[in-house]
Amino acid sequence: MKYQVVIGLEVHTQLTTNTKIFCGCSTRFGAEPNSQTCPVCLGFPGALPVLNKQVVENAIRAGLATNCSITQRNVFARKNYFYPDLPKGYQISQFDLPICQHGHLDIEVDGETKRIGITRIHMEEDAGKLVHADIPGVDDSCVDLNRACTPLLEIVSEPDMRSPDEAIAYLKKLHQIVMYLGICDGNLEEGSFRCDANVSLMPVGSTVFGTRAELKNINSFKFIKQAIEYEIERQAEILDDGGKVIQETRLFDPNTGTTRSMRGKEEAHDYRYFPDPDLVPVLIPDQWIEDVRATLPELPEAKRARYVAELGLPEYDAEVLVSSRELAQYYEETVALFPQAKTVSNWVMGEVSRALNEDNNRSITDCPVTPALLADMLKLMEKGTISGKIAKTVFDEMYKTGKAPEKIVEEKGLVQVSDTGAIEAMVDEVLKNNPAQVEQYRGGKETVFGFFVGQVMRASKGKANPAVVNDLLLKKLKG
Amino acid sequence: MEIIDLTIHELHEKLKAKEVSSVEATRAMLDRIEAVDGQVNAYITVTPEQALVEAEAADKRIAAGDIAPLTGIPVGLKDIFVTKGIRTTCGSRILENFVPPYDGTAVAKLKEQGAVIVGKLNQDEFAMGSSNESSYFGPVKNPWNLECTPGGSSGGSAAAIAARTATATLGTDTGGSIRQPASHCSCVGLKPTYGRVSRYGVIAYASSLDQVGPLTRDVTDAALLLGAIAGHDPKDSTSVNTTVPDYVAGLATGVKGLKIGLPKQYFIEGLDPDVKRAMDEAIALYKSLGAEMREVSLPHTEYAVATYYLIATAEASSNLARYDGVRFGHRAADARGLKEMFAKTRAEGFGSEVKRRIMLGTYALSSGYYDAYYVKAQKVRTLIMQDFLNAFNEVDVLLTPIAPTPPFKIGEKLADPLQMYLSDIFTIPVNLAGTCGISIPAGFSAAGLPIGLQLIGKPFGEATILSTAYAFEKETQWHLKKAPL
Ligand SMILES: [Zn+2]
Repeated sequence: MKYQVVIGLEVHTQLTTNTKIFCGCSTRFGAEPNSQTCPVCLGFPGALPVLNKQVVENAIRAGLATNCSITQRNVFARKNYFYPDLPKGYQISQFDLPICQHGHLDIEVDGETKRIGITRIHMEEDAGKLVHADIPGVDDSCVDLNRACTPLLEIVSEPDMRSPDEAIAYLKKLHQIVMYLGICDGNLEEGSFRCDANVSLMPVGSTVFGTRAELKNINSFKFIKQAIEYEIERQAEILDDGGKVIQETRLFDPNTGTTRSMRGKEEAHDYRYFPDPDLVPVLIPDQWIEDVRATLPELPEAKRARYVAELGLPEYDAEVLVSSRELAQYYEETVALFPQAKTVSNWVMGEVSRALNEDNNRSITDCPVTPALLADMLKLMEKGTISGKIAKTVFDEMYKTGKAPEKIVEEKGLVQVSDTGAIEAMVDEVLKNNPAQVEQYRGGKETVFGFFVGQVMRASKGKANPAVVNDLLLKKLKG
Repeated sequence: MEIIDLTIHELHEKLKAKEVSSVEATRAMLDRIEAVDGQVNAYITVTPEQALVEAEAADKRIAAGDIAPLTGIPVGLKDIFVTKGIRTTCGSRILENFVPPYDGTAVAKLKEQGAVIVGKLNQDEFAMGSSNESSYFGPVKNPWNLECTPGGSSGGSAAAIAARTATATLGTDTGGSIRQPASHCSCVGLKPTYGRVSRYGVIAYASSLDQVGPLTRDVTDAALLLGAIAGHDPKDSTSVNTTVPDYVAGLATGVKGLKIGLPKQYFIEGLDPDVKRAMDEAIALYKSLGAEMREVSLPHTEYAVATYYLIATAEASSNLARYDGVRFGHRAADARGLKEMFAKTRAEGFGSEVKRRIMLGTYALSSGYYDAYYVKAQKVRTLIMQDFLNAFNEVDVLLTPIAPTPPFKIGEKLADPLQMYLSDIFTIPVNLAGTCGISIPAGFSAAGLPIGLQLIGKPFGEATILSTAYAFEKETQWHLKKAPL
């Protein structure tokens, strides 16, 4: 039988606040185990949570950017279960009154736009981590609680996606948005952006969803596709054999590209949610929402549209340039200083990106050629002081040294030669030394022209103004 | 008068006048503990070395002219207060060897004033009980009659006042746990309005009901100690940011023209005759002082105990989940695997009353029962709050008994938890309403056992119940009678 896959995604984004959601401990990744803890995040007797307001603000940002309505009376609830990485025996989360509800994102797959619903976004604290004790002969697990109590937003989509590609497009879009908002560092490997996928199959044409499996532990976009594809195959096989898919949690194994059941490890839970009596309801007045809205950055979709409409960039350029907030910012700063949108785009997508890639994927924010330097160089090109070819040399030098382009041109003597007399001498020299080619040209083989240009440029060490060279060559050859 | 008999304010005057030093006072208290606590069992942990170091520091402060009301005063703390470097058990085996890394806010405030902590006081396990019999460290005996319970859960805190083994103590009150033992031990016990005192560093039983308060020899001390610990605390989101009045300064306000309400649901048939007599005498006295008596109605009173045992146990079932043997406290020795470690640790670590309440609360929160129990209980709680607000539209203070009977015998109600739960019927509604109440000595039964009187105030109306209590105390002097120990 043919099946239609139905996918819903739950994304946990770790917020980049300096301190944890309910205590003052640092959220920095990679510190000595249990060094970033206190009585509150260790769940010590008598300790009480105090809400970090920045988390609420970030949640509002996420909600507004995904077209959600913001809940004005927020209640934190306790989700009760036992696990060694959960210090209090409950997780402080939100249950029936999440901070954001009823949102959506528009994605594009194969040139078609599709709207994916966002059911809810809620605030919660993260758990710690179990780590295997690296002690020979000891089979114990250890607990690192540095991550315990760090702030998370759980973003739950509607089961609106119908292919792995749609799932990826949605995730990438969401990823881009949280990065633009500056609320999450987006690091999938370190677990700052984690995804669980609910996957089910139904016969094509049906409207009744099948039983779903929840896939966990997927920490790259590539794996998400793999995990969903594997799961489609697995469930289809079961259904084709007349079997029933079991509702369960399955763990993705990146080494085999398969998923396996977690049954036995995690039984059906009754989390016994109830309002946390240690925290008072968080009231969000309209004014707060409007204040946050006023600080929202221009989001990628709007930016892309503006690049096309106002700057006249091709769709492709706009798409690439808005892929990250930092790249777009670099581009915009350069254009502000050198207002030729397409030229700047070519350079940013070309030389700048190439240089960064070759430099260990260096971040654009860390690029030694600042927008000001790049703009200065482009101005030299525009004035004809340097040729496009020399510009590449200048660019590489700027990247290496961070020096101003004028200085590099001067130091290296890279000024373009536009002096007709000097170039004429070189042209004469080249024509004199290559009589056979001159003969060919005059005999009608005009393709030899490029050869002469190359020779003159070489003779000038690349500094001759190509336009002048062309003019003179034509004049002499035809003349 | 001996040092151990003094109130905070009396000892303060002597310390200030340098008639006595804090070291002397502390030594006297430690000697007294040594002498009588074997019979009373009010202390779980006594901290003589640390107390003397603190006393010396207090004496230095005093010598330098820097004396606060609590500087150099020997105080005891219910073992529910987390104390840095001092074992804190909460009356439970599961915390038998737990030494906290931090001080709670109330404790820190006492230390700031230079109070001397002589030890940690016995209590019902996790404050769950009305007789101090659920403590892992054995029951506390009532200094007025060693066969009787001192009440609970702050039984040690009340007994230490009666046994004169602390000048003042701190307790916590979730359903009457300060007021009922204060009544049973003939001392003053104040449960402040929810949010008046920070809960930070107080081991949680039922977070929406727990409140810290003083147990003292007289009303002045209660005012003084409350003033020292009250106030907003950024570490406790439920603490309220309102100014703390000078409670001592307002004590002599008097009761002339004060409207005192008598809730008819609290003066029921079957009230112990001795208790009834004490209430009648109190009412007569207040009338003679110029107060106006009015009958009021708190119609949802009969649902209070059931409501309390749903909300308190639901919160407790979650609050006590952290005792899992992973990070602190008892861990079962020979457990194999995670689940067994959790189960064995908790089976060994908790006593039967705690287990009973965890099960009750887990049940109340379970899916399928949540609406019928927990949600319903919250609705009734709102009605009970409303009862009080309505009553306070008519009167300034409510006067009620604290307990239906004088102190009962140790073991008497152990077999019947429901009977035990009902002994808190007059104190529980105050916690549900989140308002304040005080217990003051109001006489003795024919058998010579203490009887307390409860005054209930409006939310944040501590000053009014304190001055009302003060007027009574000045006339009756019941608080001066000493336990025969
Ligand atoms: Zn912390």
